[in-house]
Amino acid sequence: MAKAKTNTEDYLRMYRQMVRIRTFEDNANQLYLSAKMPGLTHMYSGEEAVAVGICEALTKDDKITSTHRGHGHCVAKGAEFKEMFCELLGKEEGYCRGKGGSMHIADQSNGNLGANAIVGGSMGIATGAAFTSKLLGKQDVTVCFFGDGATAQGLMYEVMNMAALWNLPVIYACENNGYSEYTKTEEIAAGSITARAEAFGIEAHQVDGQDVLAVNALTQKLVERARKGEGPFFMELMTYRYHGHHVGDINREYYRSKDEEKDWKENKDPIIRFRSWLVEEGIASEDEIEAMNEEIKKDASDAVEYALNAKYPDESEVDMHVFTDIPHALLRDTA
Amino acid sequence: MRNITLSQAVNEALAEEMRRDETVFIIGEDVAEAGTPFKVLSGLVEEFGTERVVDTPIAEPGFMGIAVGAAMTGSRPVVDLMFGDFIYLIMDQLCNQAAKTHYMSGGKLSVPLVLRTNLGATRRSAAQHSQSLHALVAHIPGLKVAMPSSAYEAKGLMKTAIRDNNPVVIFEDKLMYNDKAPVPEEEFLIPFGEANIKREGADITLIGTSSMVQVCEKAAEILAKEGIEAEVIDPRTIVPLDEAALLKSAKKTSRVIVVDEGHQSFGITGEIASRINEKAFYHLDAPVLRMGAMDVPVPFSPALEDITVPTPEAVAENARKLMSGEMIHAA
Repeated sequence: MAKAKTNTEDYLRMYRQMVRIRTFEDNANQLYLSAKMPGLTHMYSGEEAVAVGICEALTKDDKITSTHRGHGHCVAKGAEFKEMFCELLGKEEGYCRGKGGSMHIADQSNGNLGANAIVGGSMGIATGAAFTSKLLGKQDVTVCFFGDGATAQGLMYEVMNMAALWNLPVIYACENNGYSEYTKTEEIAAGSITARAEAFGIEAHQVDGQDVLAVNALTQKLVERARKGEGPFFMELMTYRYHGHHVGDINREYYRSKDEEKDWKENKDPIIRFRSWLVEEGIASEDEIEAMNEEIKKDASDAVEYALNAKYPDESEVDMHVFTDIPHALLRDTA
Repeated sequence: MRNITLSQAVNEALAEEMRRDETVFIIGEDVAEAGTPFKVLSGLVEEFGTERVVDTPIAEPGFMGIAVGAAMTGSRPVVDLMFGDFIYLIMDQLCNQAAKTHYMSGGKLSVPLVLRTNLGATRRSAAQHSQSLHALVAHIPGLKVAMPSSAYEAKGLMKTAIRDNNPVVIFEDKLMYNDKAPVPEEEFLIPFGEANIKREGADITLIGTSSMVQVCEKAAEILAKEGIEAEVIDPRTIVPLDEAALLKSAKKTSRVIVVDEGHQSFGITGEIASRINEKAFYHLDAPVLRMGAMDVPVPFSPALEDITVPTPEAVAENARKLMSGEMIHAA
C-alpha cells in the first residue's frame, strides 16, 4: 500500500472512520430489512476508502457535496451517528429535523453541503462553493463526490468548463463503482472517464479507491495545490459497491454475478487491507483493532436505539423552513 | 422627482447593492462588457470588475448551479437569465436544488440568490423568446416571485430581492426596459407581499401583473369615460401574494378581472380568481374573470401575435359585460 501519513493517530483515525461507515451501513441495512426505516437507502459499503481517504485530507472548513449514496461522505466529514440515524428515521433530532432523510443529509457544521437525490445534481453546487471561496478570498477547497453514472449528465461538462476557465478550487471526485444503478458502467460511458476532464485542461488522476493511503496521499497533494489556485482537479476512484443500487435491490444476478461480488469482498476490501497493513506495520495489534471495532458497534447500536425511541417532528413543522423569513408558509392572511 | 427607465432602475439597484455588500455578484451570459442584449447592465463591469460581473459560457444549468452553490456558502449571486424562456433549461437547479435546500436541510442551509429574467410577448421574437413563465416557478414552494410593473417597482423590488435570504425570481417585462417612471433619488426598498393600489374605484377591481398593470390602468381610463370606476391593483409579488389586499378590493367592488400575460390555463389568473372565489364568494356579484395570454405558443406574425395578449380594449369590454350582468350566465 502507498504510504502517505506518518502519524499513528492519523492512521488509526482513518481505520476508525472506515469501520464507522461500514458499521453505520450495516445498521441502516438492518433497519430497512426489519421494516423499521421509512423508504429506501443506498449503501456505501465497499467504498469506504474513497470517502475517508479524501475527507481526511480536508479541513473542517473545506466543503463537500455528496450523493444519494452519501452516508459514507457524511460520516467521513465528521457527522455523528445519533443525528444521522435520527435523520434516516425521520426524527426531529436528525441533521435536517427529519425533512431530508437518507438522500438529503446535510451537515453544514462540518462543511457537508448535502447529499443530493438528483444524479449529478450537486456538481453546480460544489463548483459554486469553490466560486465563493475564490470571490471572497477564502482558503477552502470543495470536493464534489459523484458516481460514474453522473458522468452522463450534461451539467458536469458545463461546470467543469467554467471551473477550468476560472481556476476554481474544486476537486471532482468520481467514485467509479462499476455500476450506474442497474447497468454496468462500460454500457453507459463511452471512452475514458478521466479524458472527459482532460478535454477541459483539467489534470485528472485515476487511483485505486480501495487503498485509503493512496487516496489520501493523492488528495492531500491536490488539495494543497487547489488552495494555491492551481485547481480544478479530477480524480477517478476505482471502487466497488457491495450492495445493490439500493437496499431493496437484492436479486441482482441479472446484472452482476455473485462471484464478482465475492471477489471484491474477499480480496479487495478496503478495511481488511488497511487492517492487515496496520498490524504488519506494528501500528495496532489485532486486539486493539477488535476493541475499536466493538466500541464502534456499540456506538452504532446505542445510536440506533436512541433514534428508534426519539420523537418525530411536531406536525406544526410541516410548513416551516419553506422560506427563511416566513415561520409558517401556509399561514396566509385571509383578511 | 426624476424619471428614469426601467433599465436604469435595475442597473441602479444592482450597483447600490453591490456597493453595499461585497458578497453580491452578477453571473450570466454577456453581462460584463456587453451589458446584456438589453444593455441593462451597462457600466457595471467598469465599476465592479470581471470578478463580480461574471461572463459565462452559454450554459444556463451550469451557471445556475454555480449560483446555488455560491449562495449556500456566503455569496449573494444575481443570476442573469437572458430570456425567461430559458427557465426550462435550469429547472432542476432552480426547482430541485435552490427551492428545496432550505426545507430539506431543516432550515440549516439557505440559498440567497436572485434570478433576474424577463417575460412578455409582442416583440416579434416568436415562440421561444416571448413566453411569460412566472406561473411555473410560482408553483414551486420555496421560490419567491416578483413582477415589477414600472421602473419604480423594478428598483425597489430588486433591492429587496438581493437582501432576501431566499431564492427570488424577478420577471422584468422586456418591452418595458425603455419605459420611464418617477423614481426617487434617495434609497428605497419595496417590501414583498404588499400590493399597490394604483387607482381607486368602487365598481370593479382590475388585478394586473407586470405590464398588465398598465393595460388595466388604460382600461380604467376608458371605463371612467363611461362612468365605470375601476380599481386597479398591482400585487407586485405573486409569491408572497398580498391576498388580503386583493380580497378587500373584491369585497368592496364585488366584481373582479385578473389580467396576466402568462397562458390563461393553469396560471396566475386562475390561482388568484380561485382564492377570491373561495374567500369572498358571498361578496361577489359576478364570476371572477380570468384574462391571460391565449393558450397557444406565441406566434411570430404580428397579425397573430397581437391578438394573443390582453389589451386595454378587451379588458374594458369584459368589464362592461361584468357590470351589465352579461357574464353571470355566460357559461
